[in-house]
Amino acid sequence: MENLGYLLAAYAVIWAVVFGYILAMQRKQRRLQRQIDRLQKSADTPETNS
Amino acid sequence: MNGRHNLRDSILLGLGVVLMMAALFMVFVYVPTEKHTGIVQRIFYFHVPVAWVSFLAFFVTFIASIIYLWKREIKWDAVACASAEVGVIFTTLVLITGPIWAKPTWGIWWTWDARLTTSLVLWLIYLAYLLVRRLASEPSQGARYGAVIGIVGFIDVPIVFLTVNLWRTQHPTAIVFEGGLTTPMLLTLLVCIAAFTVLYVLLVVQSARLKSMEADIKYIRSIVQGE
Repeated sequence: MENLGYLLAAYAVIWAVVFGYILAMQRKQRRLQRQIDRLQKSADTPETNS
Repeated sequence: MNGRHNLRDSILLGLGVVLMMAALFMVFVYVPTEKHTGIVQRIFYFHVPVAWVSFLAFFVTFIASIIYLWKREIKWDAVACASAEVGVIFTTLVLITGPIWAKPTWGIWWTWDARLTTSLVLWLIYLAYLLVRRLASEPSQGARYGAVIGIVGFIDVPIVFLTVNLWRTQHPTAIVFEGGLTTPMLLTLLVCIAAFTVLYVLLVVQSARLKSMEADIKYIRSIVQGE
């Protein structure tokens, strides 16, 4: 089991980077959804006023 | 997101999970330990597929960039950019896992040989691609400049691939094509390549969809602000 640390480090880095990227995409999706909600609200406002 | 997208994403995700579980089982349980380099050789089963996916990613960016410059449709720019982004992520992994394997095998983390240097240059080219897009004053300008880098930058991909044959490098040659792997090793490598290819498709589909959404929001906002 010599060099097991290197093997585990390599696989840990791969999963950390992949999951980090997925989390970043999820954060971006939430941000875009908030922007869509804001745009929808601002589009609805004139109708409510009239 | 419509039902067709949902179904396709679910199929891709299911396939990806099954293949990745199979890949991990084969790497850590099924495949025998290589005699000369020992347990650390198992890094190869993820290092090579990750490198393959980065080449595939930059090829997709190359094709999508050509189509974008030809048709000027935003969806092709979204695909090119998403694929380049995933390509950079995977090239980063190649540049990290390679030295982790090299240290116990060669005794050094890094050497400026042809394969390693051209791989680093490839990473820098596509990092520049992403930076140019981000720093451009207009999204359409960024997409245009990015497409040019996506096409010209692809020249480095075949160079990286051929370095081990063109120059004498410290990096191992392409043993996959020379029949240097036993059947269990080859089988494990193929399952890992399939798993990472599915993961790549999944990430690009999601990322491209987000980029299209972002472009749509910018467009709608410009109309709303223009009124």
